Amino acid sequence: MNVPAGAAPYVEVENLRRVFDVSKPWLNRVIERAPRQSLKAVDGVGFTIARGETFALVGESGSGKSTVARMVVGLLEPSGGEVRITGVSMTDPKQAAARRRLRARIQMIFQDPYASMNPRWRVGRIVAEPIRAFDLIRGEAAIQARVGELLGLVGLHPDDRSKYPHAFSGGQRQRVAIARALASQAEFLVGDEPTSALDVSVQAQILNLMRDLQDRLGLTYLFISHNLAVVRHMATRIGVMYLGRVVEIGGGRELFLRPRHPYTRMLLDAVPDLGHIGRARVPVSGEIPNPIDPPPGCAFNPRCPLAAERCRREVPQLIDGVACHAVEEGRAGY
Amino acid sequence: MSDTVLSVRDLSVAFETRRGTLTAIDGVSFDIAKGEILGVVGESGAGKSVTGAAVIGLIDPPGRIAGGTITLRGERIDDLPPERMRRVRGRRIGMIFQDPLTSLDPLYRVGDQIVETIRTHTDLSQKAARARAIALLAEVGIPAPERRIDGYPHEFSGGMRQRVVIALALAAEPELIIADEPTTALDVSVQAQIITLLKRLCRDHGTAVMLVTHDMGVIAEAADRVAVMYSGRIAEIGPVADVVREPRHPYAAGLMGAIPTLTQSPGRLAQIPGSMPRLTAIPAGCAFHPRCPKVFSRCRVERPEPIPVGPSRVACHLFDAQENAA
Repeated sequence: MNVPAGAAPYVEVENLRRVFDVSKPWLNRVIERAPRQSLKAVDGVGFTIARGETFALVGESGSGKSTVARMVVGLLEPSGGEVRITGVSMTDPKQAAARRRLRARIQMIFQDPYASMNPRWRVGRIVAEPIRAFDLIRGEAAIQARVGELLGLVGLHPDDRSKYPHAFSGGQRQRVAIARALASQAEFLVGDEPTSALDVSVQAQILNLMRDLQDRLGLTYLFISHNLAVVRHMATRIGVMYLGRVVEIGGGRELFLRPRHPYTRMLLDAVPDLGHIGRARVPVSGEIPNPIDPPPGCAFNPRCPLAAERCRREVPQLIDGVACHAVEEGRAGY
Repeated sequence: MSDTVLSVRDLSVAFETRRGTLTAIDGVSFDIAKGEILGVVGESGAGKSVTGAAVIGLIDPPGRIAGGTITLRGERIDDLPPERMRRVRGRRIGMIFQDPLTSLDPLYRVGDQIVETIRTHTDLSQKAARARAIALLAEVGIPAPERRIDGYPHEFSGGMRQRVVIALALAAEPELIIADEPTTALDVSVQAQIITLLKRLCRDHGTAVMLVTHDMGVIAEAADRVAVMYSGRIAEIGPVADVVREPRHPYAAGLMGAIPTLTQSPGRLAQIPGSMPRLTAIPAGCAFHPRCPKVFSRCRVERPEPIPVGPSRVACHLFDAQENAA
């Protein structure tokens, strides 16, 4: 797929699937004669990320983007498919040893930094934890020196190490989370809505910091967000998800200039944006269907202006970066 | 102006705490005209929600209105006794909140809730009120309203629930609607539908709307005028095109530059160092001065008052100095 020429992919995701069992409890099923129910949160997702690149997954709630992120870092077992990072499979039991060595280099940044920190630990201990867990540096003085360096790297003061997380603002806490992620010499950071809980002026600080760190340290990012403008700002390539599937994938510039999938077009048209003062819009009809009972064929067909008979029957495959029958058949008119 | 629906003058809200009095908003003044949408933006803690709550008289103790006046169509409402204010709320001022589930009672059919609101505030009969409720649900875009009126809130999706809340807010044909983050909990595609709906209703009914949100994109599309709040005060207020394209207050300018947009090419975002001060430690003079790139000595000692700059009003000493020079 869209691998930039000359670069071996750092992350390869193939046909990734995840099914959640959302059945009622056993007794209810027996009494109400209800069958088991399952939810396909992620259904056949594939993409690659080159070293040093920022790949973003964007979609509305329930599109499965966070589930993909959790499977990529190994927090969640896939129901099918494969994730390989630097060629090492994240699922194959035979590669457990290689995977353990890889672990330290993969880190995740969450939406709410406060929830991912022990409130009773001082920041110095929080940032030093990965260093100690992976036994990267020996000797307390060396560890403390490294913690001070990391705090400086993310724009905090080395003396901040003696404070507790509650003493920091949201943006500063996210900086601590980034310092902790970098502590294990991470090369690959997965951010799941890392700035969604922050105010815009603070969001700008964190986005700028993430880009600076990428330039300095050659980091690779998988960036998950519902905010298209943030994704546009951060990503070199973007995958748009709808109900568990990637509907369009492409370079950030092209995707925003010439969106091809009807859902991408709708999404770009729907976003309230500073550039659209007083814009009169054609509102999109409908909402995301219930993922337990998705429509047959293309999941977007009930809301799609281009839906035809085939769309209600057959799931479109990703061809040349777009999963849409209308685009494939040349009916889309662009 | 005979068209002014809401007029707020020098409003201050204070919260009494054990550690002393915290001033959440301090000397806020603005008007909203008939059929106009005033956007109120700011980051968390700027006082935008408190301003909305003060207008509808929902500041709970230990908070209190510490000064200023709020007038609705020339009639003072900030000093009304609670019982009379309760009748103004709902009848003359409608409310829409971020989470529609908090505005709806899960145990009652949505129709019963709308009918109750209509009958509380008007003298329509049960039958006429029900017909009006169905018409309202149709107007806010709920499909098959004659059937959906007997549904319970949990049977509606998030976007549809917010439509029900808007129908509820409109039930008594209020003159003013306070919408506090009405689209924040919704997905973008649904958010667009709700903004379009609000704009249409405001135009059709001539309702004045105070739209409180942190999302500048929503304001840019929906509002006629916008007030940018910082640390409990209005930094800049003016027509939305002026404030977004040519913000004059350094905070407003920094805020606009910090927002990634779809239209601008991705470069480095403008960055305001630091974050908004806590209410316990509001700096002397202009509250923005420790973060301001254009700070000068006067900013540290004297609090700027809003002065007219073009079509806007800006609370910044920079513009006062210019006027003096000219």
